[in-house]
Amino acid sequence: MCDCCSSKKDIYLPELATVKKRKLMNGTELYLLIQLDSGEELGHKPGQFVEVSIAGIGECPISISSSPTQKGGFELVVRNAGSVTKAIHKLKVGDKVGIRGPFGEGYHIDQLKNRNLICICGGLGLAPQRSLINYILDNPSDFGTLTVLLGTKCYPQRFFREELAKWAEGDDMTFKETVDEEHDCWTGNVGVVTTLIPKVESHLKDSAVLVCGPPVMYKFVLMALEEYDIPHDDIYVNLERRMKCGVGKCGHCQINGEYVCQSGPVYRYSEIGAMPEAI
Amino acid sequence: MSIKKLKKDVFNDLVAALIDSDQRVVGVKAKGDRFAFGDLESADELRLDYDVTLLPPKKFMLPQMETLLKYEVGGEYKSAGEAPKMTLIGVHPYDLVAINQMDEIFAQDEYDKYYMNRRNNITIIACDVVTPSKNVFAGSMGTATVDKGYDVLLTDMGDSYLAEAATDKGEELLAKAAQADDASPQDIEARSKVWQENKEKLNKHKLNCEPGDIPKLLDKEEVYDHPVWEEKASMCYSCGSCTSVCPTCYCFDVQDDVEWNLKEGKRWRAWDGCVLENFATVTGEHNFRKQRAQRFRHRIFRKGKYVPSKIGGQIACVGCGRCVTACTTDIANPVDIYNRLLEDVKI
Ligand SMILES: Cc1cc2nc3c(=O)[nH]c(=O)nc-3n(C[C@H](O)[C@H](O)[C@H](O)COP(=O)(O)OP(=O)(O)OC[C@H]3O[C@@H](n4cnc5c(N)ncnc54)[C@H](O)[C@@H]3O)c2cc1C
Ligand code: SF4
Ligand code: SF4
Ligand code: FES
Repeated sequence: MCDCCSSKKDIYLPELATVKKRKLMNGTELYLLIQLDSGEELGHKPGQFVEVSIAGIGECPISISSSPTQKGGFELVVRNAGSVTKAIHKLKVGDKVGIRGPFGEGYHIDQLKNRNLICICGGLGLAPQRSLINYILDNPSDFGTLTVLLGTKCYPQRFFREELAKWAEGDDMTFKETVDEEHDCWTGNVGVVTTLIPKVESHLKDSAVLVCGPPVMYKFVLMALEEYDIPHDDIYVNLERRMKCGVGKCGHCQINGEYVCQSGPVYRYSEIGAMPEAI
Repeated sequence: MSIKKLKKDVFNDLVAALIDSDQRVVGVKAKGDRFAFGDLESADELRLDYDVTLLPPKKFMLPQMETLLKYEVGGEYKSAGEAPKMTLIGVHPYDLVAINQMDEIFAQDEYDKYYMNRRNNITIIACDVVTPSKNVFAGSMGTATVDKGYDVLLTDMGDSYLAEAATDKGEELLAKAAQADDASPQDIEARSKVWQENKEKLNKHKLNCEPGDIPKLLDKEEVYDHPVWEEKASMCYSCGSCTSVCPTCYCFDVQDDVEWNLKEGKRWRAWDGCVLENFATVTGEHNFRKQRAQRFRHRIFRKGKYVPSKIGGQIACVGCGRCVTACTTDIANPVDIYNRLLEDVKI
């Protein structure tokens, strides 16, 4: 074997990390604080993701939910959806996981600087958007105003509740929330996330709008946004795809010619949103 | 680098000596009335007059199944790749073009050392085609001949081979031949003629444009929603035969296995195919290419546009014709599709 290849790093080799905190936030979403055993910070950008490995079960892509401004490890929110995520749910504090990444380009902060921003999140879509929201809150002078709209299916599924309460109280952002279904303990808005859009109509002009949620949500949100003539350049979508390698080789994440694991998962709607098979 | 003329029995002795050495020697052998790459037990098994092999030689760089990592549950992950030194004899030009493309893909952006280590330990003795297969169309794809990627290129000249060494490894190999003359200008002239003829002979399906025009064709607005996708895909079984036999298809799946003792495990990758039903399915049963026609189109777009955009415009179909033969409903032929599009779409 020649020296040049033996010295290259193994792009499929996870590094070991330790679960520092865990908390089941509702029936399906688990919060994890993870620290690399090397002691280094992950060094991610808002909107990037990692591949999380559970030995013997497999690997899956999970968005980094914490802002890079937060030191001492990084946070994930994992929904119990299948074999690997189920195994992640069984992790205890002190357990080991494998981590590869960060992958993707995440949000292009340079495109968002000095702009008024509106984040529209549906359900688990809050997890990746939170890395950006907290980044903005930590660097307020770099950005214009911040508006966050959050829709959750039902009241018991809400997560990061304490943080949401702070967002609602504070005066550094406009925060509006809704749940799809009525619930005895919920006195706020009821209805899907698109019903919040007219409430912040005045913010929409000259804003960049960042959308993240389950595949079904995009169609409705994008349709609702059409009414406000927001240029497609100013709408950003965060796309989920099946991913295996995270490094542009396995082919699974492709939307037409685009490799979501490399150039995504955040795209301008003008770039990709209108592409067939994208949404 | 040199071009030698070797009598066939001299070349056979060379192969026999290679087989006797401690490294692996793989060549094309008969398998019933067809051909396949396999370990050579003796030089006589080698059939350089073959038409096409069942599977392409990509399996030596990207095995159907390959262990990437080994680990103890709860412990560290360790790279597990193997890269046996071997000589691969009898790679046809179109298959070598495919290997060259894959070399570029696995080295670019993030370096895939599993593929690259295997590749770098393989010495390739390529050979020009003697017998065209029934569905080859390398002539149309510009892959009937090849000018790089091999260590040695053999051209059959009747009772002898012209052997061109293109690397130091190739040069060393030829230096071991008991008897070899330098090729004469006439020999080299004769080889050019073989190449010229092969460009014409290896063309059982004729593409009605230059291969370089294919990305342009696929870029035309009418193409993406053209009826051809539905027409063809209505007969597609999503069986994945066309992608498995393809020398340029390299998509893979990754899985974990635990040993019986539940303490050790491994992670492996295996060939996958974008025409298979759940290739793009995510959690919640959401399939981004649910329709067969979408997957069928994706395969053709990958060959003609997406992969080319990563490798300087080279088309990721080398015209080996294997998918044409493999597809039981006879819909997989890229030439049929491109030509059908060319009937309706101006480029
Ligand atoms: C960039 C990115 C960021 C993500 N961020 C997060 C995050 O922050 N939090 C989070 O919880 N999730 C996130 N996900 C989703 C997460 O990766 C998936 O939920 C996870 O991969 C599921 O893996 P699993 O092994 O648990 O499930 P699997 O066992 O793979 O199965 C889960 C479901 O996937 C589908 N599926 C999988 N394989 C097949 C198949 N072969 N055939 C048919 N259907 C199949 C099925 O619907 C199945 O029920 C993200 C995904 C991406 C791409
Ligand atoms: S095109 Fe033919 S070989 Fe390919 S998946 Fe469809 S039926 Fe199978
Ligand atoms: S698409 Fe078919 S003809 Fe082209 S390289 Fe692949 S198997 Fe060969
Ligand atoms: S996840 Fe493998 S290519 Fe993107």
